[in-house]
Amino acid sequence: MNTALRQATFASSQNKICQPSSLPAEFAVNAPLMLECGKYICPLVVAYQTYGTLNSNHSNAVLICHALTGDQHAANIHPITGKTGWWEHMVGPGRPIDTERYFVICSNIIGGCMGSTGPASINPETGKPFGLDFPIVTIADMVNAQARLIDHLGIDQLFAVVGGSMGGMQVLEWSARYGERVYSAVPIATAAWHSSQNIAFHEVGRQAIMADPDWCEGNYLEHGRMPRRGLSVARMAAHITYLSENALHRKFGRNLQNRDDRSFSFSADFQVESYLRHQGSTFVDRFDPNSYLYITRAMDYFDLAADNGGILANAFHGTKTRFCVVSFTSDWLYPTHESKAIVQALNAVAANVSFVEIDSDKGHDAFLLDEPEMFATIGGFLAAGARKRGIA
Amino acid sequence: MLSRLPSTCDPITGMPHRVDHLLIAEMVSIGSRVLDVGCGDGALLQLLGDTRSVDGRGIEIEPEKVNACVARGLSVIQGDADNDLNDYPDKAFDYAILSLTIQATRFPQKVLENLLRIGRHAIVSFPNFGHWEVRAKLLLTGRMPRTRNLPETWHASPDAHLCTIADFADLCREMDAEVERAVAFNSAGRRLPINRFIRLQNVFGEKAVFLLKGRSA
Repeated sequence: MNTALRQATFASSQNKICQPSSLPAEFAVNAPLMLECGKYICPLVVAYQTYGTLNSNHSNAVLICHALTGDQHAANIHPITGKTGWWEHMVGPGRPIDTERYFVICSNIIGGCMGSTGPASINPETGKPFGLDFPIVTIADMVNAQARLIDHLGIDQLFAVVGGSMGGMQVLEWSARYGERVYSAVPIATAAWHSSQNIAFHEVGRQAIMADPDWCEGNYLEHGRMPRRGLSVARMAAHITYLSENALHRKFGRNLQNRDDRSFSFSADFQVESYLRHQGSTFVDRFDPNSYLYITRAMDYFDLAADNGGILANAFHGTKTRFCVVSFTSDWLYPTHESKAIVQALNAVAANVSFVEIDSDKGHDAFLLDEPEMFATIGGFLAAGARKRGIA
Repeated sequence: MLSRLPSTCDPITGMPHRVDHLLIAEMVSIGSRVLDVGCGDGALLQLLGDTRSVDGRGIEIEPEKVNACVARGLSVIQGDADNDLNDYPDKAFDYAILSLTIQATRFPQKVLENLLRIGRHAIVSFPNFGHWEVRAKLLLTGRMPRTRNLPETWHASPDAHLCTIADFADLCREMDAEVERAVAFNSAGRRLPINRFIRLQNVFGEKAVFLLKGRSA
């Protein structure tokens, strides 16, 4: 691709990032959102999607929290990629999160790049994109912004807060911070703190982005450039951590890509290489590199135990929320013992907690995939809660 | 006495209530906190919720059964008696129940210790290996007995630590656990009118339920 064409491509993708073309509602407020780091965001914009209908007593709202590279388009055609929503298996009419029964809300996290205030947003003080002037945000900050949105929608208590991976961190934070506003909580494939290994992987991703000369110390938008290679490498490395050895082997083995023999070069001989390169290059079209830095940082900083005097159980003291914790056998990024630590903490405060470890060889990504057992667990948990809560 | 008479069947599966479950329901006081270890499809927790208004939790090893429980609205975690009881704080429950499972655990004594630690009371039911039919089969055939209650071959059975009522009573004594009640029953569901006489229970009871209390509690 020549330079002019490439520039045109990312310019157009940037336009889309600033103005999502589906039906995102934007909620803007001029009251500053105070952040954990001591700085604030003002004005605050939260872009979100809703599915289904809010009932008359506002008791059927389900908040879905997205993961690192997700966005608010959980169950609709994505405005940039044209693909179906990232959680289409889980959310929709007759699905476990049944949009005929629940009013489903999914918002883009702050620090993200699909319409909510993030590093690619315009800094009102300079008239230029924030870049690295954007303040460091945390999972708690994301949840505080979501709480503003929920207030705005006139909802006192959410029937459920559901999310996987970083979405699960938000679920935990919601339960700890706004327990009385969360009737039930479903943290999936997640942890109450980011492990050293996970921080290490994130650091590799960030260094790949920052090592790309097109990153321009974070000011690539101003310079009309885009650290595509850096972001692409970050995505490739991260993508491996979302899979499992078995899943990779089953999908690709040592199969060669469009050739009968090795090329004796560094081109993508193996299918797995070709797949990763594709993952990297398509990601770049829909994701802001600085957002990637900020969001990975927010995950690294997450430690719900440390926030509560070093004892995780303290985060949930006196909770009335019903929890359903889910992990996957082959998830080595957020392994089952991390989920069990959450369950132990909840048991220690006599919380209502259910826990299932789903047998899957698909790795961390399993929570996004067609996993009938996960659907049975979560669908059953929500339906039982809905009966108790009197949701038709 | 039951606070409300239970219907004769589980409302979800339509299966008749198990005799040991009905006996356990008699032992549990109304509104108490209960942990059912090895809760299966949640039939006992449901019965205790419906008839004794307990605040119940369960542990179950098979994910499909955990799902069945969760779909009933029960709070159940996937785990097992050998590995997951250590995580519970002391006296977290009024009753820690282990029904027809202790013989299949790896370390029965450790499990019982945990039950007595976690619960103010422990309720344990188990098949009685001292039943006359078991004794007779072993004596006459010279092979591991297979009965209604113990239908599997020795190598296919998950039961690694079968015991008799007398054995279990010995273990309770050894662990200084107070036996508050012990009821033996046969598979037709009739409890035996011999509950004062452990030797007779040990011969005529097919299963038994013990209500225990740790001395320190």
